Amino acid sequence: MCHQSVGLIARLLESAGISTLCMSSALDISRAVNPPRTAFLDYPLGHTAGKPGDPALQREIMLEALEAFTSLTAPGAVKMLPFRWSEDNSWQKTAMRGKDDRLPRLDTPQYQSEDDRSRAEEACAICPPRTS
Amino acid sequence: MPVEYISRIRDLYLSLGYGAYKWTVNETPPPWQPLRKPLAQCRLALLASGGIYVAGQTAFHYKDDTSFRAIPRDTAVADLRATHFAYDLTDARRDPNVVFPIGTLRGLAQEGVIGALAGHAYSFMGGIYSARRVTEELAPALCDALEREQADAALLVPV
Repeated sequence: MCHQSVGLIARLLESAGISTLCMSSALDISRAVNPPRTAFLDYPLGHTAGKPGDPALQREIMLEALEAFTSLTAPGAVKMLPFRWSEDNSWQKTAMRGKDDRLPRLDTPQYQSEDDRSRAEEACAICPPRTS
Repeated sequence: MPVEYISRIRDLYLSLGYGAYKWTVNETPPPWQPLRKPLAQCRLALLASGGIYVAGQTAFHYKDDTSFRAIPRDTAVADLRATHFAYDLTDARRDPNVVFPIGTLRGLAQEGVIGALAGHAYSFMGGIYSARRVTEELAPALCDALEREQADAALLVPV
């Protein structure tokens, strides 16, 4: 759903005069929602901008992606980024297959840690309520 | 060949007894606004859907949360947190740059590849099942925010 949401947002921003580039690791979902420009990285979901702890690779990926702002000249075009997660692409066999890893869709804030919860609740005690 | 997520997700949902999700399909060409100046002179805004927040902010919830967080562009990567119901958070928590490349973009702004980053990056929980709520609630709110930031361009990073 993330790729769909991002594509919808990009289309609105672009119509408001802001040039957009969507990164993507789910090519079929991106093509369906059809944002103005897409840079596709064939990595497992959760790594749209690179591998953890490898800032040099993250920089290379971002440079290749940003280049699409000028190299893509047709609305809806996709640039395929020249990076592979692994030699054999074996991660693709199990992606989104077999079992449901999603967490329950709870409607209360889901903190990374209890410490975050305390800090946010302390902050909320002294500030006016906000929705965003 | 890239993974065909639409058919895999349909099969997964069916095996769990759910109906097929109706994906948004836009047959019409998207709007088109070429960069008005070179990227090296543009103010670029980062928007990302990986459920990133700063320690001290209220976290996202998992049920069509259409709120967003404004994250100051100088925020230390160590203060970023990740919460989301639909992807493996392990690597995003280890290095938030993999889904929220604020450190990467700061580096490229320093190098002069990008003119500047907008004052804030914007983060949300992209796993919103209702495309209507994205279009009617989240997208216009983000558009207003980017206009206030005077952003020339936006980089959007889904998960």
